[in-house]
Amino acid sequence: MNSNLLFDFTVNKENKTIHITREFDAHLELVWAAWTTAELLDQWWGPKPWKAQTKTMDFREGGFWLYAMVGPEGEKHWSKCDYLSIENKRSITQKDCFCDENGTLNPAFSQSVWKNNFDQNGNKVRVDILITFDTLTDLEAIISMGFKEGMTIDFLQLDELLSATK
Amino acid sequence: MRRDIFQAIADPTRRAIIALIALQAMTPNAIAENFNTTRQAVSKHLRILTECALVKQEQQGREIYYTLEIEKMKEIDQWLEQFRKIWDTKFSQLDTLLVTLKKQKK
Repeated sequence: MNSNLLFDFTVNKENKTIHITREFDAHLELVWAAWTTAELLDQWWGPKPWKAQTKTMDFREGGFWLYAMVGPEGEKHWSKCDYLSIENKRSITQKDCFCDENGTLNPAFSQSVWKNNFDQNGNKVRVDILITFDTLTDLEAIISMGFKEGMTIDFLQLDELLSATK
Repeated sequence: MRRDIFQAIADPTRRAIIALIALQAMTPNAIAENFNTTRQAVSKHLRILTECALVKQEQQGREIYYTLEIEKMKEIDQWLEQFRKIWDTKFSQLDTLLVTLKKQKK
């Protein structure tokens, strides 16, 4: 179903940025809702087997989203996302950081700035995400903190499956 | 001193050194000939790359040759690929959700 949808992932080590582009087969209203509504974000933001669980969300400039990534063993990694600027159904600029359950920033990790752009393109929506990190080590930390164990197992299985079907 | 792999590749001279010795093992002098910087500056870059375990030294007769640790370079790629896959998973989940939302709307 999504094999014909554009997906581009570029890492620029010199600028410490990651640029992700993805098309979605839906109208802008729906895609925007999926990115800006807590109960919808909780359904897709956590990559399996992790699940995003919103504690509070205040989607407006100056507001923030406080959520946990919940692992298969129930372990939680808290994140906070500060909304710096919002252009309705066009763009969201946000600052992401790791924190505790009260939203107190974890100083061990520096923050990253995300600029998300939404464009209706025919009957598809193109989302551009530009993530800027202070250092690439922070990027590495994001993986080791949240997703690594669970995801790696999945990937190994996937790799096995792919090589078996080749 | 602990260094991380991304620090190693953050510098353009170090990336150029990696590209050079990816083709063949080279002595520090031969590497330095490719740059306008001093021999000392190149030595410093080689030391950092060694500390990151991206290159290793091999003694051949009286000369020391630097070679690239291909496996360590692969770590960078594998790690980036992992990050890409995380996003791929998330986006597939969003695709599914969007289909559900569309049906609900109808």
